[in-house]
Amino acid sequence: MTANGWLQIGIFSILVLLLTKPLGVYIVRVFDGSLTWLATVERIIYRMSGIDPREEQHWTRYAVSMLVFSAASMLLTYAVLRLQHLLPLNPQGMPAVSDRQAFETAASFTTNTNWQSYGGETTMSYLSQMTQLTFHNFISAATGIALAMALVRGIVRRSAGTLGNFWVDLVRGTLYLLLPISLVFALVLTQQGVIQNVSHYVTATTVEGVKQVLAMGPVASQEAIKELGTNGGGFFNANSAHPFENPTPLTNLLEMLAIFAIPSALTYTYGRMARNQRHGWAIWAAMYILFFAGLTTAYRAEARGNPIHAAEGVDVVASSNNPGGNMEGKEVRFGIVNSALFATVTSATSCGAVNSMHDSFTPVGGMVPLVNIQLGEVVFGGTGAGLYGMIVMVILTVFIAGLMVGRTPEYLGKKIEAREVQMAMLFVLVFAGAILVLSALAAVTPAGLQGRNNAGPHGLSEILYAFSSTAGNNGSAFAGLTGSTYFYNTLLGFNTLIGRFAMHVPMLALAGFLAEKRIVPESAGTFPVTTPLFVALLISVILIVGALTFFPALSLGPVVEHFLMHAGRVF
Amino acid sequence: MTVTTRPLFDPPIVARAIREAFAKTVSLRHMARNPVMFVVLLGSAITTVVLVRDIVAHAGHIGFTLQLALWLWFTVVFANFAEAMAEGRGKAQADSLRAMRTTTTAKRLEDPANRLSAEPVPATRLRRGDCVLCTPGDIIPGDGEVIEGVASVDESAITGESAPVIRESGGDRSAVTGGTRVLSDFLVIRITANPGETFLDRMIALVEGAQRQKTPNEIALTILLSGLTIIFLFAVATLEPFAIYSGGSVPVPVLIALLVCLIPTTIGGLLSAIGIAGMDRLIQQNVIAMSGRSVEAAGDVNTLLLDKTGTITLGNRQAVQFIPVGGVTLEHLADRAQLASLPDETPEGRSIVVLAKEKFGLRGRALADGRRVLVAATGARASDADAATEAEFVPFSASTRMSGVNMGALHVRKGAGDAVARWVQENHGAIPVDLKPIVERIAREGGTPLVVAERANGAAHMLGVIYLKDVVKGGIKERFDRIRAMGIRTIMITGDNPLTAAAIASEAGVDDFLAEATPEDKMALIKREQAGGRLVAMTGDGTNDAPALAQADVGVAMNSGTQAAKEAGNMIDLDSNPTKLIEVVEIGKQLLMTRGSLTTFSIANDVAKYFAIIPAMFVVTYPALRGLNIMGLHSPQSAILASVIFNALIIIALIPLALKGVRYRPAPAAMILRRNLWVYGVGGLVVPFVGIKLIDMLIVLLHLA
Repeated sequence: MTANGWLQIGIFSILVLLLTKPLGVYIVRVFDGSLTWLATVERIIYRMSGIDPREEQHWTRYAVSMLVFSAASMLLTYAVLRLQHLLPLNPQGMPAVSDRQAFETAASFTTNTNWQSYGGETTMSYLSQMTQLTFHNFISAATGIALAMALVRGIVRRSAGTLGNFWVDLVRGTLYLLLPISLVFALVLTQQGVIQNVSHYVTATTVEGVKQVLAMGPVASQEAIKELGTNGGGFFNANSAHPFENPTPLTNLLEMLAIFAIPSALTYTYGRMARNQRHGWAIWAAMYILFFAGLTTAYRAEARGNPIHAAEGVDVVASSNNPGGNMEGKEVRFGIVNSALFATVTSATSCGAVNSMHDSFTPVGGMVPLVNIQLGEVVFGGTGAGLYGMIVMVILTVFIAGLMVGRTPEYLGKKIEAREVQMAMLFVLVFAGAILVLSALAAVTPAGLQGRNNAGPHGLSEILYAFSSTAGNNGSAFAGLTGSTYFYNTLLGFNTLIGRFAMHVPMLALAGFLAEKRIVPESAGTFPVTTPLFVALLISVILIVGALTFFPALSLGPVVEHFLMHAGRVF
Repeated sequence: MTVTTRPLFDPPIVARAIREAFAKTVSLRHMARNPVMFVVLLGSAITTVVLVRDIVAHAGHIGFTLQLALWLWFTVVFANFAEAMAEGRGKAQADSLRAMRTTTTAKRLEDPANRLSAEPVPATRLRRGDCVLCTPGDIIPGDGEVIEGVASVDESAITGESAPVIRESGGDRSAVTGGTRVLSDFLVIRITANPGETFLDRMIALVEGAQRQKTPNEIALTILLSGLTIIFLFAVATLEPFAIYSGGSVPVPVLIALLVCLIPTTIGGLLSAIGIAGMDRLIQQNVIAMSGRSVEAAGDVNTLLLDKTGTITLGNRQAVQFIPVGGVTLEHLADRAQLASLPDETPEGRSIVVLAKEKFGLRGRALADGRRVLVAATGARASDADAATEAEFVPFSASTRMSGVNMGALHVRKGAGDAVARWVQENHGAIPVDLKPIVERIAREGGTPLVVAERANGAAHMLGVIYLKDVVKGGIKERFDRIRAMGIRTIMITGDNPLTAAAIASEAGVDDFLAEATPEDKMALIKREQAGGRLVAMTGDGTNDAPALAQADVGVAMNSGTQAAKEAGNMIDLDSNPTKLIEVVEIGKQLLMTRGSLTTFSIANDVAKYFAIIPAMFVVTYPALRGLNIMGLHSPQSAILASVIFNALIIIALIPLALKGVRYRPAPAAMILRRNLWVYGVGGLVVPFVGIKLIDMLIVLLHLA
């Protein structure tokens, strides 16, 4: 670990902090309807789609709108991918995407997962990339933010029957928030060297005299929303390690900032909407502390490198001309700190863009992204998804610890009772169950075992990572696992759907139940949700719930691998 | 019901609880009510099946599996023992109540107006609407309303209070309870409850916990615990495939051991005991809660409505000052005021005698006998003493609005200002100019002015004013401070005018007051508070309190109150002490705190158990996982056994805490949270590390594994 490394981490953290308030305030204005500079466009969209923007929806109606919209857009994508060979904007003449691959990709992009078991430049036509994958990058992110707003409204409103209007939230989130920022960001990226064209692939001769085909495409437009919407689906197979996606140190920093921007700002938005800014910051603090702990662990593990390499005479000590540590699977351009930072950022949020191969991290370094995902994608988390996931954890924390102050637990004036606990538990259960049961299935079936690149505990980590990443709607791959088989395409595709919609419905129900409640005024007897003690408590509950659920499985994966590495064994 | 504070582990109760613990364990219907312990029960059963199979096949570690099975069964039995212990205290009380429910013979009246129409019928045949006659010595055969007569009734069987109470038709003292005894006179009672539905029957059922239903918070907590149980079921069940992947296998009993250690058995086992014990603590305070729901609601109360009289102030006004007028000396006024009050048996009158004695050394002059003769035993005032033998008491009446004494030629009067003034004027006296301002000042300050005048051989003249004041109960201000610290607002309800009310409110330290309150005002106040999301608690005894009692979230009816009030409230205070509302709130809070603390403790415990069991499970497959055995436990078997034993014993160890409740001191939530987190959160993390290590050492010492 170097001073330079810490400096970069410090700069990144400060920039995130500085972005939080202005963007948070902006998001408040996006969703309370006070922004009107695109009102004309907005009105045209409503008129064309027959939406009454003043209509308020009960949680069931909100959920049905969201499900119907997601199902329809997923079907559309499936159709386009299957028919892309017949459709225009296909200069490379890409064939139709296979049924299982099309299903998995459609599910994965609809759910904001962007798990990719295909190479973008060898599978997708420009039309598929631009109209389907980029489209989903926008609307899946907007859906996530809309759902977070629905939950926040449920908490903030008193004795209300409704949570807002899904269609309006979707339109406003896309129109006022995602599109303008993406537009500006894409231009900045192009300036830095990210490509944006619809040309044929270019054949070039390298300095060594070898002929190489350089894939082209409309990259920048997809790249911007890939990070901003915490989608993570790369235009190219190499994702953000590819120089056309992430050409410079500046784009690397900007891409990481774009990933954190909305999830971080939403904590401020929440504080503002709940009229409890300190609570918003308390949530931000809990997220940041968890993030920093993961980052430090990963950075430390990667900077120390592999003792077996060191024993064989590899210089793992950082110096001016040697990054030191474990450089396997990392871009030399980014080095140890930016690889560890990017890996932590992308897994803490449900982004899943990568600029290094997590599979090649040390066991502990690789466990950090895995644990980040398994904590429920609440360490900043996905756009919207991070906030509502975190609020569910806060509700569980308030319920468990709130009783200790001698009152029926209350959260921001809303009593947490049987129905709310039920929905919050269902939310947590679905996630844990999907990951554990499907991973266990893969671990003992020949089809599941076939996909592994490595044997032993590392192979188990690969399987666990795949199911965690899909259930958590992260989409980053540990790499190493060959996912393009019927077994994995189907299971992982379904897993993304479970991890999204089977969790959304109880979460919206929770929002609906909370909205109906009266607000109990705050008093000295109210459980405090703004203090450092609360932050510590929230972190403990997240860690204990996450750790207790996955510790047994992890102990047979990265944990034992770590011990074995120190005993001189690798896999 | 007499309150006997039983020791926590009363031998007969313990003996009964042990018997019941086993009976509960084999009752599937009982076990199914508690999902967490049901899983433990299933685990114990499966382990036993494996044990039998191993014995038949002469395979496996029979000694180890046997111990495991035993300790798993113990876990279930211990949890049931906790519940039986909690119920035991109530059952013992119910038995003594039941003994009271003797079969009485009632005198049923064919015609309620004709007391001669009585015919003897067994009390069990009485129905609602029947009228009965009760004469001295009769046990009242059922709950009812007095429709004729007035009598003193011994209610000690229900309240534990030995002094008899008056019950009469009409008004707020018309309710009688079955099982109490008429001491004097007679009563005609209309029965209001069928046999089996009487207060005594309900009380027995409540005390016994026979109709116990899960309370809202208990249901929510059960859902949380069930959810956690399912998550751990996932974690443990998927461990076997992962183990197979890793080239090993975990024996079923060991998987069950891990599961039982991880699921929240500590709180799961003690949950119902905590609830029952909370109700029991109320009963120890002589408060009967009609449902557990109301006890929980008491913990959540935001606003306390307290009647001024009897709760905040001593029931009566007291004399605090003598203020002479028209040049009269202070001693003279005090002397005459005392003289006029000697035969006055009202608390106000007595307080005047006491004040005169304390301030001016005027010794109390005893009231000789019922002939209302004064004996003024002051040596220095022999003339008065002589006269006093002839003294004649003039009682207070609503028409004269004053009282006094006539001792020969000396007539003394005290009473309302205008009434006494009229008496002075009628007797050719003048009204001093300084009287009016004094009277007005006292009224403004919230006191009651009592004017004193005398007539000795001729014209009457004014002596001065006695300042009667509402006296706030000692220590009440401190109690309100404590209540405020809990975040609860207190509102004083009084019929006084706003001026008086404000003065008393500020002296007592209540947050707010409702002056000149009518029952409608009270009701409106409760509704207003509730509309703001607050929970309201109040006490009441009169029929006109009934609607408000029903509307309040916690309504404590005084046992001395009317049947209507008792029906409307969700708690009854047998001691009829309105201040007890504060204890009720504290018990409610303590109940919730105990649940939360043990839940936190239970979940925090799991961390240590992982570090004990996971390395033990995979020691063959991955010896490298030894690195996780940070407690340095002896062997895989000893580690697993130690965890299971710790898990079972902690339930027993926490029974006293579950029954007594965690220590409660009124404080802001943030402080309570910090303290409980240290004790039960951090404690819950650390204790099992120490406990499991110690048990492991003991197992090694005893060669059990």
